[in-house]
Amino acid sequence: MTLALETTDLKVQLRLADGWFTACDLGALTPGRGVAALLPDGRQVALFRDRADRLYAVDNRDPFTGAAVLSRGLTGTHQDRPFVASPLLKQRFDLISGECLDDGAVRVTAYEVRTD
Amino acid sequence: MNTAPGATPTIVLVGHGMVGQRFLEALAERGLTATHRVVVLCEEPRPAYDRVALTSYFSGRTPEELSLTDGEFIALHGIELYVGDPAETVDREAKKVTARSGQVFAYDILVLATGSYPFVPPVPGKDATGCFVYRTIEDLLAIEEYAKAKATTGAVVGGGLLGLEAAGALKGLGLTSHIVEFAPRLMPVQVDEGGGAALLRTIEDMGLSVHTGVGTQEIVVDAEGAVTGMKLSDGSELATDLVVFSAGVRPRDQLARDCGLTVGERGGITVDEQCRTVSDPHVFAIGECALACDGRVYGLVAPGYEQAETAAAAIAADETDQLTFTGADLSTKLKLLGVDVASFGDAHGTTEDCLDVVYSDSRAGLYKKLVIGRDGTLLGGILVGDAEAYGTLRALTGSVPPVSPESLVLPAGADSGARLGPSALPDEAVICSCHNVSKGTIRGAVTEHSCTTVPEVKKCTRAGTGCGSCVKVLGRLVDAELEASGVEVDKGLCGCFAQTREELYEIVLALRITGHRDLLDRHGREDARGGDGCETCKPAVASIIASLAPAIGASGYVLDGEQAALQDTNDHFLANLQKNGSYSVVPRIPGGEIAPEKLIVIGEIARDFGLYTKITGGQRIDMFGARVEQLPLIWARLVDAGFESGHAYGKSLRTVKSCVGSTWCRYGVQDSVRMAIDLELRYRGLRSPHKLKSAVSGCQRECAEARSKDFGVIATASGWNLYVGGNGGATPRHADLLAKDLSDAELVRLVDRFLMFYIRTADRLERTSVWLERIPGGLDHVRDVVVHDSLGICDELEQLMRAHVAHYRDEWAETVGDPEKLARFVSFVNAPDTPDPVVAFVPERDQIKPDLPLLSIGLRPADDALEGSAQR
Repeated sequence: MTLALETTDLKVQLRLADGWFTACDLGALTPGRGVAALLPDGRQVALFRDRADRLYAVDNRDPFTGAAVLSRGLTGTHQDRPFVASPLLKQRFDLISGECLDDGAVRVTAYEVRTD
Repeated sequence: MNTAPGATPTIVLVGHGMVGQRFLEALAERGLTATHRVVVLCEEPRPAYDRVALTSYFSGRTPEELSLTDGEFIALHGIELYVGDPAETVDREAKKVTARSGQVFAYDILVLATGSYPFVPPVPGKDATGCFVYRTIEDLLAIEEYAKAKATTGAVVGGGLLGLEAAGALKGLGLTSHIVEFAPRLMPVQVDEGGGAALLRTIEDMGLSVHTGVGTQEIVVDAEGAVTGMKLSDGSELATDLVVFSAGVRPRDQLARDCGLTVGERGGITVDEQCRTVSDPHVFAIGECALACDGRVYGLVAPGYEQAETAAAAIAADETDQLTFTGADLSTKLKLLGVDVASFGDAHGTTEDCLDVVYSDSRAGLYKKLVIGRDGTLLGGILVGDAEAYGTLRALTGSVPPVSPESLVLPAGADSGARLGPSALPDEAVICSCHNVSKGTIRGAVTEHSCTTVPEVKKCTRAGTGCGSCVKVLGRLVDAELEASGVEVDKGLCGCFAQTREELYEIVLALRITGHRDLLDRHGREDARGGDGCETCKPAVASIIASLAPAIGASGYVLDGEQAALQDTNDHFLANLQKNGSYSVVPRIPGGEIAPEKLIVIGEIARDFGLYTKITGGQRIDMFGARVEQLPLIWARLVDAGFESGHAYGKSLRTVKSCVGSTWCRYGVQDSVRMAIDLELRYRGLRSPHKLKSAVSGCQRECAEARSKDFGVIATASGWNLYVGGNGGATPRHADLLAKDLSDAELVRLVDRFLMFYIRTADRLERTSVWLERIPGGLDHVRDVVVHDSLGICDELEQLMRAHVAHYRDEWAETVGDPEKLARFVSFVNAPDTPDPVVAFVPERDQIKPDLPLLSIGLRPADDALEGSAQR
């Protein structure tokens, strides 16, 4: 992506069952941090942007504690895979697949994201 | 207690010494403890202990530390251990053992490991009060008690290995000590004349009197029957208050004799190659009570262990695991009274046509002899004064050394002196002779079982867990093997940085790097550069940058620019995340002193926002249950009332707790509240490797519990004492005194230096208590650096702290005054006015608590399993 694009009013969208849902402006996302967005059905999504401006979206609910906090976790790269670590008990989740890196039996929903 | 025939087969072990314990382990390893009832009859009042290290009792090792087993091993394997209850009779016909207590045990297999007893020469007076032997912990306790109460002089009969240890122990108890040895030299079994001479000189230099070539003829007693001296065979008399007989040991075979088992002419239960008695296939004998098939009784622990394994293998009767014991190497290496003594192989040169290579330096107490065969084979040797080469030489025994024998005994400094590392050894060379572990096995532990440290290798192979004499060689071998296989112990901070936190601190400071990205791309591991870092390095680097902010020109506000992305959620929202996603708020209450008006403000805010309130251990008030979007509203009111951030969310100074001090307390000698407030305000906001807690007590009664803090201050009549490295929590540690009777200014200067030195050198999330234990030199080093300025860095440390103090700003005041910064405080980016529905509360005891059932709704069905893994 180029700098010029960032200055435009790009929207972050994620794919739901019935089409693309606009969550927020790209500018609302700080590289390396997440935000939470509320979906029409009441579910919550954690949106992230990495330093290369790639976007990710996973369910905001931490499956280990039930709290809606994954958007507030720290992100990082592990073996070239982006992840977020839950701020509560620190389990890491792959941002592309939603898989928990510390417990193979657990995963969170991952969403397809795009800018438009 | 008699098992019915046809029940689980029973193994009865008589004797629970070192060899007996090893036998039990060998049974367990072969699964025999699961298939058999195992009964152990132990005469001594305690289970097996390390008899080889007996003397270390006098250097402070407790009987518990000498123990070779714990209740766990015994219980885990269902072993019935009866201590203080020796076997009295054996009925081989009925296959029953009767113990002293009267208990009768039927056996299928009987194993005798009764050990040996000290030989006491039949001299008149040998049973007088003040005469002892040196064999058990109970013997040592008795010697210690008598020596302390009644003796100033002690004599040891016997100048062998144990005799020297006993003499050293007597000397250690403050007695003038004598050694009486019948042979013309000390340690006649292990060393030759030359070695004996070197040993004699060193022992005499220690202040022990040695009498060789004389026998003991009579123990002289007073009217009460207590020892006063001994008559020697040369006609002289030696005055002494205490006598220890250490004139060798004899096999304890009486039980065997009584039940008709064959014993040797000079004692010892006669056994075959499998350690089975020649008289009865159901009875085995192992250790010092057994007469091996080569006609010898072995008094060393290593052959005893081998016999234990052999007997266990025979009992298991597994054809693939059959061992034989046909004799053993008598090599020994000891440290006696601080002198290394070792002998190995054919130490006395009994092989036909063998030659000696001798190096001797009586002045330095050194004697080294190698016995070489005609073809150049190393046959054995003796080392006195320096046994460093023992491990290598013993392993080379039986082969032709790769360098000339002369060079192996010359001291290291000499021109042609050669040092053969363990790398020169063949794989089959035995490194640990106690457990018969070869070099190949040790290498395998590193290459195949991924051991990277000596303790791991010890656990994996048992090498070095016997007498310990091979541990040095073991260490070099493990290092060499690690190096060869390219394994390097990674001390890096995380997968992104190969440097330690301390190294990163130095890089950030020297190069004035103000961003994590910059640091990662320039100094990160190759494959991590350009990436996003991780949850370990991001906050750690953020902390370093924050600690050094004024010095490196970074913004002191932790949420500025890229720094915002590095912070843990607590730092990111300047509050403490709780289990349901809500936050708690802690305003600073310096020194725990608060005016009523401010108390009322806190009460009003908590009431208006419906928060749960609790008094903390650090003398302040925590308000729980705030949603993200409420934080700025709460803080707007707190800041308005004159409160500032308490940094309860940060790895930074928390509180400086205080007692009420001399102002009110009739015992107080200094104004502890004022000092606590001064310190808290000076160090507030200081980011550090972990949280920092402090306290100030106004007198030695220590009501503020200052010694459980990272830095604690206790008032004295003339100033303040500074303690550092204390901790409460799971691993409590009392703080150590760093300096005494300091003035106010001296105290502050020292705390400045101490904290900055800690911040500079500690690992990530390493509290001062752990740091103090870890850093080389410990407290003494820290004192040298911060009190005596041994590194010349105190000016810099003080300057860094001055910069921190000068640049401190309240994070919350800055945040509530900046609309851009406030934007992050919403639950949803697309619905800023909607609260997170998961954050809900129910009432309890007139306050709120999180609605926990709500949290668990919709979690995976296997919630219990999840909880388990979450707690790992």
